[in-house]
Amino acid sequence: MATPLAPDTPLSAPLDVGFDYTRSLGPVLGRFMTALRERRIEGVRGSDGRVHVPPVEFDPVTSEALSEPVGVADEGTVVSWSWMPDPIAGQPLQHPFGWALVRLDGADTALLHAVDAGSPDRMRTGMRVRARWVDEPVGSIRDIACFEPAGPGAEPRGPAAPPPAGTEPVTMLTTPVHLAYRHSASVQESRYLRALAEGRFIGQRCPACGKVYVPPRGACPADGVPTEEEVELPDRGIVTTFCIVNVPFLGQRITPPYVAAYVLLDGADIAFLHLVLGCAADEVRMGMRVEAAWKPRERWTTSLENVDHFRPTGEPDAPFESYREHL
Amino acid sequence: MAGAGTSGAGQLAAVLGTGQTHHVSRRTDVSMAGLCREAIDRALADAGVGMADIDAVVLGKAPDLFEGVMMPELMLADAIGATGKPLLRVHTAGSVGGSTGVVAASLVQAGVHRRVLAVAFEKQSESNAMWALSIVPPFSMPVGAGAGGYFAPHVRSYIRRSGAPEHIGAMVAVKDRRNGARNPYAHLHQPDITVESVRASAVLWDPIRYDETCPSSDGACAVVIGDEAAGDAAQRPAWIHATAMRTEPTTFAGRDQVNPAAGRAAAAALWAQAGITDPLAEIDVAEIYVPFSWFEPMWLENLGFAAEGEGWRLVEAGETAIGGRLPVNPSGGVLSSNPIGASGLLRFAESAMQVMGRAGDHQVEGARTALGHAYGGGSQFYSMWVVGADKP
Ligand SMILES: [Zn+2]
Repeated sequence: MATPLAPDTPLSAPLDVGFDYTRSLGPVLGRFMTALRERRIEGVRGSDGRVHVPPVEFDPVTSEALSEPVGVADEGTVVSWSWMPDPIAGQPLQHPFGWALVRLDGADTALLHAVDAGSPDRMRTGMRVRARWVDEPVGSIRDIACFEPAGPGAEPRGPAAPPPAGTEPVTMLTTPVHLAYRHSASVQESRYLRALAEGRFIGQRCPACGKVYVPPRGACPADGVPTEEEVELPDRGIVTTFCIVNVPFLGQRITPPYVAAYVLLDGADIAFLHLVLGCAADEVRMGMRVEAAWKPRERWTTSLENVDHFRPTGEPDAPFESYREHL
Repeated sequence: MAGAGTSGAGQLAAVLGTGQTHHVSRRTDVSMAGLCREAIDRALADAGVGMADIDAVVLGKAPDLFEGVMMPELMLADAIGATGKPLLRVHTAGSVGGSTGVVAASLVQAGVHRRVLAVAFEKQSESNAMWALSIVPPFSMPVGAGAGGYFAPHVRSYIRRSGAPEHIGAMVAVKDRRNGARNPYAHLHQPDITVESVRASAVLWDPIRYDETCPSSDGACAVVIGDEAAGDAAQRPAWIHATAMRTEPTTFAGRDQVNPAAGRAAAAALWAQAGITDPLAEIDVAEIYVPFSWFEPMWLENLGFAAEGEGWRLVEAGETAIGGRLPVNPSGGVLSSNPIGASGLLRFAESAMQVMGRAGDHQVEGARTALGHAYGGGSQFYSMWVVGADKP
């Protein structure tokens, strides 16, 4: 049953991944953050006498650990810059601003930060800038909201708010990371997913080894040859092996305990992971015959989740030797 | 494995020194840089060399999502002493520490560098590896449950195929945790653990229990590898007799997930290169990557220490305990400390420490030839080495 593949448009969908990582800072960066909370900027002196701001933990020349803090000014000079016409979420300012390398007075290296200059016409290398502190510093580089033009003509700064009462040194920093992907399925997987949307399973047979892959991959991973022959598969098969997930974890979508089983459809040569319900977890067996329990048709999409779970058929178990090579 | 090659080891290389951190669940007093540096400073001191004596640095680290730092080698370059030197990052999932050791060794064996520093780390407290390993892509069924959820079905397959009795997993856990109690650097110290207490612990991913599962650790490991002249000048180095790495795809029809072909091929190449024909008789001690206890008998078979289906008999007979025919993981292994990226290099370092006679309270008496082993991904990546007290 060879069916030529139509040039289907691959399916795609968003995949958003995010996590709040908790950084331990160590002594050098911890001191830097603690000083920021007090609206002070502290660098560290290197082996060659240079003052590094932001501080580095290990000397860039000798690799030795550094420990001598050096206070520097919260004003400095722009060493180089670029203009950010369309800020993106999470950046220091949400209106157009300059990214600048700022060498603070007393420092020998430059710090990257935003400059609220209003217009690129006001940005230039060599311009004087000063820190604009947030009202409630917490011990983060973001305690400096941004830099702003300083020097002749600049507005005088208002009175500084008193430093916060926090007394414990800053040792930790939470850094949220968020990645927004567009996940695309292959042409072959898209055909399989569209068949699932019609309540059907399709796979592909390798012309070299004859193995049937579901989902189809477009190429045999063992032989490296294209696979084109499409095979319709039934929605029943066996459990080859499984585990019972009892452990809860962040991001989990199925409430434990549940049986995560490798299901081998009749006529397929590779199993996929799915959920087994319809009997007690401790009654699930290797070799157990199962069939798909589809969700109501109106909830079908292009997803393996159309099958709510697999359930026992009540047929006799498959003999071990019949699926041994699938373990 | 046509084309994989089992070429000789090239020029001689030796482990000159090793270092590691005290592995714990949360090292909140140091940054990643500070953590790595702790292990490096100990390795340099153990090798009797300074940072200036190092010609190149190789960094190993598990997948970036584990710590949310893209290319940590960039921010760590000065901390790991790579300024002005070649720096390579190795990336083979959980086996990465082992691969890092192999890459560092090959840079010396190829005659490119005299002394190379291998360093690997993980700071699990900054992240959530279970979450990172369970991300559900669109269109799929959200049944994945971290590394334990991945490996538990294959452990069940092993038990079914081998007919191993259920207490074997608990026996391995007891042995490794009691070994770990003798290792001051181990994360877990459980000298009083028993088969009964392991079997009474919660079943996380049936058939894997809580006490049969590795901990989540912060830690780092470093190894200094030198050329023949450096080895000759060192006091009791660990000579590298053979290294091997092999890979296979995560899934293909007919894939043997219990006894993967890539692991068997890597072991065959390793033993051939080391001139070993009977590993059980010729290896004195093995540090094998066992994150879940049942992987000890599985890898004993995969590595050729036992025939297929017979690995559990070595465990049951106590042959893998210190004092047995093949002590496995006298350090306590991954079951006692698991800073993921470093775990493979720890196996390599611990094997070297054994033949250098520097393993302290978990020293295997008279160990002269040792195996270091790591695997990663969905049992896809294998890296291993044989080190010896004698020059090859
Ligand atoms: Zn094929």
